[in-house]
Amino acid sequence: MSGRRWEALLWLGPSLALIGGVVFYPAVALVRASLGRYSITGVYQGSVGAENYARLLEQPALPTVLANTAVWVTAVVSITVVISLALAQLLNQDFPGRALVRWALIVPWAASLIMTSTLFVWIYDYYFGALNQLLTSLHVLPQPVDWLGEDTTVMGAMIAVGIFVSLPFTTYVLLAGLAGIPGEVYEAARVDGASTWATYRLVTLPLLQPALLVAVVLNVIYVFNSFPIVWTLNDRNPGFGHDTMITYMYKIAFKSALRDVGLAAALGVVNVALILVAVVAYLRTVRWDDDAAAAGSA
Amino acid sequence: MLAAAGFALACGVLSPYAVMLLTALKPDAELRTTPPRVLPVAWHPGNFLDVLGDPAFADWLRVSLVVATASTAIVVLAAAPAAYYTARHRFPGRTAFLFVVLVTQMFSPTALVVGLYREFFELDLINTYAALILTNAAFNLAFAIWILRAFFASIPREIEEAAAVDGCGRLGVLMRVILPLSLPGLVTAVIFAFIAAWNEYIVALTLMTAPERKPLTVGITSYVTAYVQHWNHLFAASVLAIVPVVVLFALIERQLVGGLTAGSVK
Repeated sequence: MSGRRWEALLWLGPSLALIGGVVFYPAVALVRASLGRYSITGVYQGSVGAENYARLLEQPALPTVLANTAVWVTAVVSITVVISLALAQLLNQDFPGRALVRWALIVPWAASLIMTSTLFVWIYDYYFGALNQLLTSLHVLPQPVDWLGEDTTVMGAMIAVGIFVSLPFTTYVLLAGLAGIPGEVYEAARVDGASTWATYRLVTLPLLQPALLVAVVLNVIYVFNSFPIVWTLNDRNPGFGHDTMITYMYKIAFKSALRDVGLAAALGVVNVALILVAVVAYLRTVRWDDDAAAAGSA
Repeated sequence: MLAAAGFALACGVLSPYAVMLLTALKPDAELRTTPPRVLPVAWHPGNFLDVLGDPAFADWLRVSLVVATASTAIVVLAAAPAAYYTARHRFPGRTAFLFVVLVTQMFSPTALVVGLYREFFELDLINTYAALILTNAAFNLAFAIWILRAFFASIPREIEEAAAVDGCGRLGVLMRVILPLSLPGLVTAVIFAFIAAWNEYIVALTLMTAPERKPLTVGITSYVTAYVQHWNHLFAASVLAIVPVVVLFALIERQLVGGLTAGSVK
């Protein structure tokens, strides 16, 4: 090994140790756990091969959980991106008070997700919540709705919160994309007599595509991984009827009567694999090399 | 017109947090009135004093401060040399290292939580600060490496060479020249790592089961359970936890997107 390599190892060592010890090792531990059997107190009782994966496929809740996850990710990401396109367009204009509006938009991003989630449990409350109060006093609803207790409304209520907390990041990414579009192209479109809508559709959107791609893929990863919203808003409901793959995994591992480490780990491996696919796809599409990094700092 | 739309947007975004603040200012008796009222009848700022005087809250606050501070320190100590070396040198394995860093950036600990629990269970580190500090440090490292690297790369080599001529060693150059010149990047990395650790929930929920070892995010949920419903105390504690974080976040607003999207958006 050359001296150069040892030198690099010295400078990168602390980072490599952290990533190796707390990201890579748990991933290995997860795979190993998915191939093992554990007592209810968590003691390893030997290997069982692929049995946990076979049992996972037999779980009666699995089809529901898969469908919930698909609905959750698709709805939150698609609606978030559409709203954020409008918000970014608004915040890209100059108007009095814009700095304050940008500052307000930061709040759901900066606030702890678990605190925002418990806040919405209160807002959605059947008897005392602000939402029912608002909608009944405006006569939108004839009577209060038990948003988090009814099977028909709980997923929609969770999706709304998911969108609410995803808007700031997405809007900021799209704003950064808009800022990168040179003013001359708008000038040219105006000279050619394009309407505002035509300019947006034919000039802005195509040029915004890289930022849009980043926003979509990162949101898919974040929303798939999201835990506190579903965990908190769905807390009252027994069973796995409204769980996503992440909260289902967590309940199997730590909460349900099963406390089934092997089964939860098998589901964890599936989750990690799905995320890895998205991450690698993302890193292959964006330029993340030196030049891009230098541009990002400007 | 635009200003009106902006104002409506700001009101829409802030209205849930207004409910939080107003509920935090209600006395117990007003939490369960029908029909519910948004504004308190009797304003009761005493909830904030109750929370601040609650020994359990003091424990959670201490844990949050210790974990966020220590993990942020580790992030900076580990990220700065790695960011500097990868910004200045090409070496075998450099691309692979950066690739791994970016993969970890997109991996929240959530998907790995069962593996993390197994690791710390086997090492007998459940309910220890070390477990929570190391986990936060590892998962917030990537953002810091990325943002610092971009700042380091933008500093002209000539400045470093001049410092070297003046007798600075490599570490001296990093400490005395590069870091001070990259202060905005350093501040961004520090604030981001601190907030991420401050807000972390799932790992703390899983690893910290002893009541006196819970951070704020996990601890304050015990104000509202199946048996007690102190929504006013829960939200007073939430307001206390959220306000400083929002102020810090506003300071780094303009740097955030570049760091989170791995330099892919200008």
